[in-house]
Amino acid sequence: MKTICLYFEIHQPIHLKRYRFFDIGTDHYYYDDYENERIITELAEKSYKPAMKTMLDMIKENGKAFKVAFSISGVSLELIEQYAPEVLELLGQLAATGCVEFLAEPYSHGLSSLGNTDNFVSETKRQAKKIKQMFGQSPKVFRNSSLLYNDEIGATVADMGFKGMMVEGAKHILGWKSPHYIYSCAQDSRLSLILRDYKLSDDIGLRFNDASWSEYPLMADKWLSWVAGLPEGENVVGIMMELAALGFYQPLGSHILDFLRALPKLAKEMGVQFATPSEVLAKNKPVSPLEVIYPVSWNDEERDTSSMLGNGMQREAFNKLYDENIVGRILACRDRRIQQDWDRLQATENFRFMTTKNNGMGNYRGIYDSEYDAFTNYMNILGDFLKRVKDLFPDSVENDELNSLYTQIANMGEEINIKDNEISRLRARLKKLGSTEEEEAPAAPVEEPKAEAPKKKAEPKKKAPAKKAEPKQEAPAKKTSVAKKADDKKPATKTAKK
Amino acid sequence: MFGWEFPPKIYGGLAVASYGITKGLSLQGDVDTTFCMPKPTGQEENFLKIVNMSQVPVVWRDVWYDNIKDRFIGHTAEDYYRFRDHLYADFNYLQGLDDMGCIGFAGGYPGNLHEEINNFSIIAGVLARSEQFDLIHAHDWLTYPAGVHAKMVSGKPLCIHVHATDFDRSRGKVNPTVYSIEKNGMDHADCIMCVSELTRQTVINQYHQDPRKCVAMHNAVYPLDEEIQAIVPNKKKGEKVVTYLGRITMQKGPEYFLEAAKRVLERSRNIRFCFAGSGDMMNAMIELAASYGIADRCHFPGFQRGKQVYECYKNSDVFVMPSVSEPFGIAPLEAMQCGCPSIISKQSGCGEILRNVIKVDYWDIDAMADAIYSICQYDALHDYLAEEGIKEVDQITWEKVGLRIRECYNQLTGRGWFDNEEYLNAVRNI
Repeated sequence: MKTICLYFEIHQPIHLKRYRFFDIGTDHYYYDDYENERIITELAEKSYKPAMKTMLDMIKENGKAFKVAFSISGVSLELIEQYAPEVLELLGQLAATGCVEFLAEPYSHGLSSLGNTDNFVSETKRQAKKIKQMFGQSPKVFRNSSLLYNDEIGATVADMGFKGMMVEGAKHILGWKSPHYIYSCAQDSRLSLILRDYKLSDDIGLRFNDASWSEYPLMADKWLSWVAGLPEGENVVGIMMELAALGFYQPLGSHILDFLRALPKLAKEMGVQFATPSEVLAKNKPVSPLEVIYPVSWNDEERDTSSMLGNGMQREAFNKLYDENIVGRILACRDRRIQQDWDRLQATENFRFMTTKNNGMGNYRGIYDSEYDAFTNYMNILGDFLKRVKDLFPDSVENDELNSLYTQIANMGEEINIKDNEISRLRARLKKLGSTEEEEAPAAPVEEPKAEAPKKKAEPKKKAPAKKAEPKQEAPAKKTSVAKKADDKKPATKTAKK
Repeated sequence: MFGWEFPPKIYGGLAVASYGITKGLSLQGDVDTTFCMPKPTGQEENFLKIVNMSQVPVVWRDVWYDNIKDRFIGHTAEDYYRFRDHLYADFNYLQGLDDMGCIGFAGGYPGNLHEEINNFSIIAGVLARSEQFDLIHAHDWLTYPAGVHAKMVSGKPLCIHVHATDFDRSRGKVNPTVYSIEKNGMDHADCIMCVSELTRQTVINQYHQDPRKCVAMHNAVYPLDEEIQAIVPNKKKGEKVVTYLGRITMQKGPEYFLEAAKRVLERSRNIRFCFAGSGDMMNAMIELAASYGIADRCHFPGFQRGKQVYECYKNSDVFVMPSVSEPFGIAPLEAMQCGCPSIISKQSGCGEILRNVIKVDYWDIDAMADAIYSICQYDALHDYLAEEGIKEVDQITWEKVGLRIRECYNQLTGRGWFDNEEYLNAVRNI
């Protein structure tokens, strides 16, 4: 049975404002609030809300026959939370139907999978946590920003524990193979790949309203007949696009939502079903590993990274942004504004605005006039941001050193927690002991060795962190707090002895 | 073809453009150009026929062949006698007639320019009667009356080439005499070639011309000589040079460049600003720079000639053309040929055909400062613009412009399309 795996990306970058070089060092707010509000409300009104309402209706009408998957980048979640919370409401309702799966993706919708693995892992986890928190689902399947994929990214994703990943079904990686099967990652067979059928996806997302297209107007039965007519055995059809394609790129007036609405019923008649990525992976086993040496994406006709890292300016910005030294410091720091700016600056659109490629469709450049304007503005902002990151810690401190200090602090925190627990336990016991002492005096000596045992265990632990911390200059505050806690503890143990 | 300037004697951009157009046309092999100009030097290239308007008779004088045959610069004595056979009115009242019955020209742009323009048109009447031609092409407003006169006499189609309008030169406050000459020329023209879409719009809106007969015919550049290519840049490490090159006049917007310079220098002191050129606003600019306290970083080397211009480009890291209104502006193309990234104003015609330049509004000094700073600061941007700029500008050739002009000619004269396949392929492959 043919299975359509329908997936929508919800993403809108946070637009940067006009930032001149003389603002560097004086202005640390980089965002164009007006543009952000305008775009996200327009998207919500024209596309997100009508599309989600239609899907809710479809699920109600068709029972469990209609399934769909979403992925939402963390930065656009922030935008939606701020300017269009009603979209979250609808997403919550969709999540409650049980017919919707949420996928994980890097929080920033950035290029960290190519730039820095540590950061990639950390922001993906952050994103998954946020999805869990908002929609009560832990994502099992991963999709990368712009569907970027190569073998190494696949291996990292498998290590994070995801069982599946969405990948562009580009001709140059598949060769003679069909995108309608499940493949596995060449470096780690634990990860299965669902491939995007770009022809059938773009029929809806790109060409639906194109009157010059030979198949115009596209009707649901025609499109489904293409799916149903696929050769025997080719069962999985990955239909992936931006949610904005419904209603924004293809206007509501083109009846694209009616097209969508008609799909489940007709599909049933034609013997085509819908499934979420997880269901697809549960039912279909990978047929073979798929080797992808150079990164693929779903951008442009080339389906590679050329629209993001194609020219010298883009690579310069990329290298500056993912400089190892910088990323280490950002990951180590606890400054929330820096963390937030870092997420927002990474978004792939910042790089796409700098493209000099002619993709034949005209480039959307946000607030910028030209690729040079985009580069200049981005580099000015990046200059200010990097300066702030460098100012966080003195230059002389190495990243490794920073990391070890931070892990040490983290370890100390854990130890303090353990000790706090212990103290409260001992106190409780002491209370109990006091009350029993009053009642049964002779029982006390029997209890005593028991109370001493945990105290002995605690002692070596108490000393160890203090020794480690001595040679380092950083983290004096934490050290003293440990000492204080230790002091606090002494009277407690003493009383226990009594 | 009527023109006012032709290399090697160069007053401004007009000479270069006239040369490019005639050369581009001559390479097609079947175009014979007669170029009529006031005062040739005799050192012009000989791919075209030059007619020296100072030696065309307007009054009959009985002169002996042997006496005058060596006096001609441009055309020959035989031509003189042929012209003399086609006098059409009595111009003895004119002043400044010489012994051959000719009117002299001072050349260039003298004080009595309007009188010279009138004389030029009188002589054009003689030429139109004596020469055989298919089409008249007049360059710039100085020659429009001559073109109109020739059209009246011969009935041949007139094509005029608008290299600039008075609206560009005067920031909108036009000289009514000049305007009337320009308007009259355009009204009589069968085809108006404008050096950019910007100029075309001026012609349509300010001179009320039919858009159907206005075409944008962008200029081009010639590849650099080996001598110029061999110039080795003499750049100091750690210091960047930003150059403005052109007349320091109102039209070119030097004050915006200076304001941008001030903003850049507030941030970074290792950038030098060079104002190459001379003009009526030069002293004001020097004073302004001094009052901003940036005179130590601003340099005024004066008017640059020939090879000096290219040395200037080669030694610069950024070229800026902040023109308030520029019909075309060939300077950025030359800078790009030398591998120097350019920042141009959006009000420049050349911006229409250039991609690898940074375009800003001339009044947007913040954007201009930002662009200057980022090219100086980020080598990736500088290198990208330099490399891609050379590639791009190599594609802009006079041969291609010649072909487009030829298409217009063919339409005007009612001839078929130019079909020399060999030549067309050669041009396409440049």
